[in-house]
Amino acid sequence: MSIETSGLGALIIVLAMALVTLATRWGGIYVMSFVPISYRVKQFIQAMSGSVLVAIIVPMAVNGDSGARLALLATAVTMLLLKKPLPAITAGIAVAALVRQL
Amino acid sequence: MKDQPLASHAFEPHQLTPALVWSGFKQLTPLSMFVVVFGVAFGLAAAQEGLNDSTSLLMSALVFAGASQFAALELWGGQVPLFTLMITVFAINARHLLMGATLYPWLCHLPPRKRYAVMLVASDANWAMAMQAFSHRQPGLGILLGGGLALWSFWILGTWLGIYFGSAISDPKALGVDMVMGCFLLSMVVGGEKNLRMFFIWSIAGLASLVAYWFLPENSHVIAGALAGGIAGTVWGKQNDEH
Repeated sequence: MSIETSGLGALIIVLAMALVTLATRWGGIYVMSFVPISYRVKQFIQAMSGSVLVAIIVPMAVNGDSGARLALLATAVTMLLLKKPLPAITAGIAVAALVRQL
Repeated sequence: MKDQPLASHAFEPHQLTPALVWSGFKQLTPLSMFVVVFGVAFGLAAAQEGLNDSTSLLMSALVFAGASQFAALELWGGQVPLFTLMITVFAINARHLLMGATLYPWLCHLPPRKRYAVMLVASDANWAMAMQAFSHRQPGLGILLGGGLALWSFWILGTWLGIYFGSAISDPKALGVDMVMGCFLLSMVVGGEKNLRMFFIWSIAGLASLVAYWFLPENSHVIAGALAGGIAGTVWGKQNDEH
């Protein structure tokens, strides 16, 4: 089903996107309210929380251009040295911008 | 990780007070500057794609999920395939399901209505910061809600700036703007717990994510990697987490 983006159509599309996104924000805690939080479940959740991040980043690094890869490297190194996210992110973006100017 | 003995129970990790919300808002404000930049990139791209100003702003306010909004632009045209769009948005944002699940051990102390209200503004950055606070046994729900409100406001502000002034930037990618989220998330991983067990979990997660990225349907890699990492965490169990 396709929807015209003129007039009301755009509004319907945005509302549909908002509803789907809301379902993802609420779905996790809704489902968990039926799951007894055993020790094993806790371990699963704790391991999953770091894994979400890794799962987003790894394909980004593997499939990215050299700007993206060096940006991530710069972020990791700065973070290890300074242990502060803000300088680490700044370093990463600066490196991506620099490499892409070359 | 060093297990710091909890000196007093003055701070329950699941506490949520106006003061904690405000402190969370302030804590996420510096990071929100990057969100503004990311928002500018979105506002600009949306304007170039032919979206109305009000449509772009409404999308940022109601959807509040950058990656999926960019994906919507890819599908935008005179007509938009609604179901394809909804499935794409779901797949990209399905990580919120996992975030909700990981927050549940703390959110379950709130009454349901508050629980769901707080989740309205859950996104990558405030979730990651909240989880980090919880791992140090500090209150994190203020960061989740207050920080989420900061991110949300600056995301809308950025979108607005992008619509009206974005044309001053010719190519956001050349400025590294597309790396904002990746660099932030990586800094959270690197700043977190580091030991052999975590390294094992991350390797499994990264590997599963790549395999899914290459061989499974589009946008399934985050879920696949996260679930694989979660399973890895139960296989290599941590001894005596609670003392």
